[in-house]
Parts: sequence; C-alpha cells; structure tokens
Amino acid sequence: MLDGRGSIRRRAGARLWLSALWLALFVLAALLAPWISPHDPLAQDLMLGRLPPAWMAGAEPGYWLGTDSLGRDVLSRIIHGARIALIVALIAGTATCLLGSTLGLVAGFYRGWADRLISRLVDIWMAFPPVLFAILLIAVLGTGLTSVILAIVIIDWTRFCRVVRAETLNQSKMDYVHSAKVAGFTRLRTLVAEILPNVLPTIIALLTLEMGIAVIVEAILSFVNLSISTDQPTWGGMIAEGRTSIHQAWWVLVFPLIALFFTVLAFAQFGDGLRERFDPVLR
Amino acid sequence: MSSFLEIRGLSARLAGTGQRLLRSVDISLPAGSVRGLVGESGAGKSMIGKAVLGVLPKAVEIIEGEILLDGQDLQKVSPGERRRLIGAKAALIPQDPLTALNPSRRIGPQITDRLVDILGWTKARAAARALEVLAEVSIPEPERIMRLYPHELSGGMRQRILIASAFAAEPKLIVADEPTTALDVTVQKQILKLISELQARHGTALLFVTHDLGVVSKVCDTLSVLYAGKVVEDTTVERFFAAPQHAYSSALLAATPRHTDPSSSLKPVPREVTDAVAAEVAVDDTTWRPNGGVRG
Amino acid sequence: MADNIFEVADLRVDVADMTRKPLFGSAPRLEILKGISFTIPRGAVLGIVGGSGSGKTTLGRTLVRLAEPSGGRMLFDGQDIAHLSDAAMQPLRPRIQMIFQDPLSSLNPRLTVGRTVAAPLNARTNDPRIGQALEHVGLPADFARRYPHELSGGQRQRVGIARAIAMRPEFILADEIVSGLDVSSQAQVLMLLETLVAELGLTLAFISHDLSVIRRLCSRVIVLRAGEIVEDAATEDLFERPQHAYTRELLDAIPTPDPSVRW
Repeated sequence: MLDGRGSIRRRAGARLWLSALWLALFVLAALLAPWISPHDPLAQDLMLGRLPPAWMAGAEPGYWLGTDSLGRDVLSRIIHGARIALIVALIAGTATCLLGSTLGLVAGFYRGWADRLISRLVDIWMAFPPVLFAILLIAVLGTGLTSVILAIVIIDWTRFCRVVRAETLNQSKMDYVHSAKVAGFTRLRTLVAEILPNVLPTIIALLTLEMGIAVIVEAILSFVNLSISTDQPTWGGMIAEGRTSIHQAWWVLVFPLIALFFTVLAFAQFGDGLRERFDPVLR
Repeated sequence: MSSFLEIRGLSARLAGTGQRLLRSVDISLPAGSVRGLVGESGAGKSMIGKAVLGVLPKAVEIIEGEILLDGQDLQKVSPGERRRLIGAKAALIPQDPLTALNPSRRIGPQITDRLVDILGWTKARAAARALEVLAEVSIPEPERIMRLYPHELSGGMRQRILIASAFAAEPKLIVADEPTTALDVTVQKQILKLISELQARHGTALLFVTHDLGVVSKVCDTLSVLYAGKVVEDTTVERFFAAPQHAYSSALLAATPRHTDPSSSLKPVPREVTDAVAAEVAVDDTTWRPNGGVRG
Repeated sequence: MADNIFEVADLRVDVADMTRKPLFGSAPRLEILKGISFTIPRGAVLGIVGGSGSGKTTLGRTLVRLAEPSGGRMLFDGQDIAHLSDAAMQPLRPRIQMIFQDPLSSLNPRLTVGRTVAAPLNARTNDPRIGQALEHVGLPADFARRYPHELSGGQRQRVGIARAIAMRPEFILADEIVSGLDVSSQAQVLMLLETLVAELGLTLAFISHDLSVIRRLCSRVIVLRAGEIVEDAATEDLFERPQHAYTRELLDAIPTPDPSVRW
C-alpha cells in the first residue's frame, strides 16, 4: 500500500507505448516488405559493394544504410529479414507457449502421475545444452523455416512448463480454488475458469519474452548456417556475413544487430507493460 | 511529570498521494508506564510505533511535530545518531513471531548481534546477557535453545524469545506491535502476563499497539484511541472502561464482544458515529478513506 | 429428511507426516482427528472451538469434503458422504456451502464480484439473483462490477457469504470468518449471519478460536483439543458451567474488556 505505485505506473505507460511503437514498425515492415524496401534485397551489384551509410563520405544516394560486400542494400535486407523474424516469433512463440503452458497447468493442477511424468521430462530436457540440441535437431530435420520453428518449440517448451507449473501449484493452494470445489465445479472447469485467469498474466509475460527469444534462436541458427536457405535474407544470416567484413564495413553487421536488439527488447517490455496496464489486480 | 517519550503535534503523510496518515498526534509516556494505542485498521496506530523506532517506510514523510526520546528530539539529529540513540534506548516486540526471526540463523546470535553491534558489548558479555534474559522469560535450557533454529520452536516460544531479545539491552522504552495477535488465547494470556511482569520489574515504558480493547484493559495504564490518524481520546484505562468520553470510543467498546454477557457483543459501530468522527477528524481534507476493517 | 443434518461418528483424519518420512518407504501417519462423534440438528448453530493444532479447521474441511476422512462415518441428511468420490459429491455440493477465513484469498482476484457469485449458479452476471444475493448481505447491487481488491475486508467477507447463500444451501460451514476483521466489521458480519440463519432456515457450523464471538450466535458448542472433543454442551451451560478443565482455561484466558476483572 505504501509503495509509490503511482510513479511506477507512469513509467510503465511510456514503456508500453514505446515498445508497442517499435513492434508496430516491425510488423509493418514485415507485411509491406516488397512495397516499402527501396531495393531488391537479393540484387547483387559488385560495383556498389561496401557502400557506407547515407551520412558518411562516399555514400551512394538511395542506399540509406549502405550495402554489403556483394552490393546488396542493407536496409532492404533488414526489412525483408523482419518477415522471417516475425513468422518465427509468432508461430514458434505461440506454439511453444501452448505446449509448455498446457503441460505446466496439467502438472501443477492434477499432480499425481501426470506431474511426475511431466516434471521428469522437463528435468531430462533441461540437461541438454540447448544450442547443441538445436543443431542436432536441424541436422535430423533438415534446414528450412519449419525445422527452425520445430526446433524452437521442442527446446523451449520447458521454460513455460516449469514456470506455469509452479504458478499453478501456488494458485491451487488458494482458498478460491477450494471455494470452487465447494461450489461443485468440475476439476476441468476449476482449472480453466478459476486458475487460468490467474496464471494468464504470467503466461503472457513469458509469451512475449519467448517471442524475443525465438528471434534470437533463429539468428543463432542462421549464424551457424543452419537456418533458412541463403537466398532468403534473415537478420542472423546478415550478422554472420557482416562478421567477416567487420573492419571494412561495420554497418553490415551493426544495423541488423540493432534491429534484433530492439525487437527482442520491445517484446519483453511489451509483455510487462501489458501486464501492468491490463491486469485488474495490479491496476 | 517528565515523560520518557513525548510526541508533540506529529503529522505524517504518504509522499506520493499526499494522503494524511497522522494528524497532529500528542502522546506522552512517563518512564515505567504502559500506554495502549487503539484503533481500527488504517487508524495509524502502528505508524506511531514505527515513527518512534525510526523505521517508517520510505514513502511516509513526517510533515511536522517532534518525537522526544528521553528529552532528545529524534527529528533534529542525524540518521546515524538517531539509529544509535533508538538502538540504545528503545526496542520492538514485533507482531508475527514466525517472520520476525531469521529462519536460517540460530537463536543465540539473533539475540546477541544487536548487543554487540549497537551497544558495543563483547561477545561473551552479550552471550551471558542472552542466557540471563532467556531464563527471565521462563525458557527452559537456555543454552540449548540458543543453538536451535526458529523452526524448531513453537509460536509461543518464539514470541518469548522476541520478548527476551527486546529486553536484552535493558531499553527504557519498548514498542509492542500487536504482539499476541497471531497466538492462541491461552498462549496470549501467558505472553501478556510475561510482558507486564518484565515491564514492571524493569520499569520500562511500554507503547502497546493493539486492536483489542480486552487486551488494553489487562495490560495498559493509559490509552489513546485513534481514528484516521488522529487521537480522538486520551485517557486512563479506569476512566475509559467506566465511561468513554468520545462517541467513537464508546461505540468501539460496545462492538467488542464480551463472553460474559449473552445478550451483548453484536453492536457494530453505528454509521452516524463513524460519519461524525470522520467529519470531526478529516474535515479539512478528503484524502482519508477508512480501509474498512482488514487488520494488519 | 433426517432430523440431524449431520451425524458424525468416530471420524478420523490423518495425514502423512513428511517431517518424519524415512529416506525409503512411506511417511508415518499423523492423526489430526482421533475419532470424534457429534451431531448437528437441522436448524442449529453449532460452534466449534479450539486452539491452533486442535483440528478444528481439518474438521471443517472434512465436513464439506475438501478433505477425505481416513475412518468413521459422516452422514449428511442420512447419506454417508465420508468416502464419496468427487463426482458422487457433485449433486450434493449446492446443499453444503462454506465461507472461508481469508476473504481475499477465497475470492478469485481476477474475477469481478458478479462473476464470482454467478459462477456456481451457472448464471450470467446480469442474472437478477446476483443483485439479490448481494443486497441480501447488505451490499449495493452495483458491487457486482468490482474486483475483490477494491473492497474492504468486511465487504469481501459479505461477498463470500453472498456466494454461499446464493446457492440456497441447507448447511453452511463458516471457518474463522471474522478473525481477520476489525471489531466493528466483525459485529456487522456476525449480525448478518444471525439474520440469514433465521431468515433462510440454515444450519450453521461456526469455527472459531475465540469463544467470545460464539456466545451470542451459537446454540451448541463443541470444544476440540488435539483432535478430540473435550466438551460438547449447550452454549449457556458451556459458558456458565464449563465441565472440562481446558474449557475453563479457554474461558479464563479471554481478555474481557473490563479492567476490574483481573487475570
């Protein structure tokens, strides 16, 4: 009661709007990429190789963020790269969330053998080093967007499962759950109508975090050349390519990195912001 | 009569919202006497105890008034000096014996640390004193108890240890903040008797924060009834229970259940009375809302 | 319809004592209730009193079948419900309701008051029964739109009562429902309960550690200590002529608000 919650809430507002703004730009760039990108992201022109960004000496007009060693426009590639990032964030993030949260809810609420089975599975899963696990999976599944998404879901569901299970366990001890039992609710109804609304804020915060993580994982896989084919620009692929010419053309590496950084940060901040803004208990 | 603790015109508010928490509170507590601070939740009774011990939450700011501890104004000394002063002269018996002791440390050091750190005693002297006070609160085998962890003891035992710890430094003032709320009635009786006994023997001044008028009638000499951060009645226990002066006080007394009288006990404080006292106390601002009955 | 709404005989409850669990094998059982027997006549208000560790809360949770007894019989309206499965309990649930000690944790923090009261009735939040139930407990009908944290302690406890009575139960168990409230809210909630019992013809079991709130409300009192009933008497007799030493000790320990009564 005596915390300065008023001032915290004001900051949360700014955080929510700034992150929402960035994410809106991100989504728009992904959706409208063919129409808004100034150049063909794949068009190579060795005459235009390693052009610096527009404000530096030796820049060519129209290439705002410069070009890479093959003369491809960095800005256009970032805009097109947003497509893959968005697809991975949405699909992999949501699928991971659904799988992990469902298992977590079941384990935390029903306990018993279901809990023992799921919890042991989580323990075993978490003993694998995640990046090696991913590389192994891709090696088995083959490269491609579907494989990347599958790999993220298969690796990261434990993150949701553990947290959601713990939160469900906590909530299950509350008297409102007993109250639902006394009122004659079925177990399933208690779980869905009573417990889920109280675990949902945690799930949403995790989901937005996971969307950011999914983008990073995709970038890591691109970095080790195990993601999407090279004729599809991705941020991770750009960073990997930019690494080789960091001394001659830093912009090839730095701009996709900035896009990645802000997108991941925005997802996390957006989740927290949403929670503080719309959770009736915190409001 | 000069008082050991003298609070004059103390007003405090919440920094963020400006909500008034204390309104020009006057309290005087002579050495060796016991004053009850009574009121419903949100009335500010714990706030006064915290102000005296210098442990107000950061969000609470004192607007005006002075707190004189043994003649020294706590508002006028440096924070370090204040801590030293309070540490040497005052102590707290907290509400919840379960959380007031650190669960991962043994009992002994939790009593002696304060003596060594604040009073600068040697470890041997502090340990000897700890054994002495533990025996004084009727704890059997104090040497063994000092080596135990809090979870190995019952709630009543832990409260005894907290009492021993409060009396260990021979403070001249003790603030007891609802010290028996978490305990069973039978244990409550033993603990209250113990506190009274120690208080009388050591001539300690005691500021007793409670919501229970029954407890006040057993432990205190004088009492202050608080409503919305204002003292609405300041009187002796005898006078209060014979004939409370303020309408709010008498309504509060009437609402307190009496097991000896089968017909009474269910008399809520009438709406007119709360409206009247709210108007009387908070006439100048509308920032206070009673938080309506949850204790603690 | 049986004369006694509850007939409890030799009721035993035990739990696994995890603090003494050996490394292998199952934990020893710890007896919480050691074979207790009593009856609750229809329309009675029974007080259940005891200190911490007496088993009073376990007894309450067993009566409403939040816990399953390990032995004994528990007849509700003539039917033994001691070991009924969750599914078999379902049709009986609306008849047996409970009001919880902590009104904040017993109301779902993310549901409005209206939804909380409506849910057990399978009603929509605009169902007139919700407003009625709220008004019945002295809350304005528009409180249905509020969240529990926006209410005071006394108001939350009223919502808990509204939720219980909205189902038109025959029996309500009230577990320490006023112990967290200020005296004035305490008196209001007790008065409300007294009125409702008379109006709706309820049978009530009222668990409390505080004998002083029981005198006015209850017709009969059982005193529990360490899982056993030490005294079972009409309220008047219990207060005027306590038979068991523990009852006398409990009565003596109550701080009467009167400085002339010394301890």
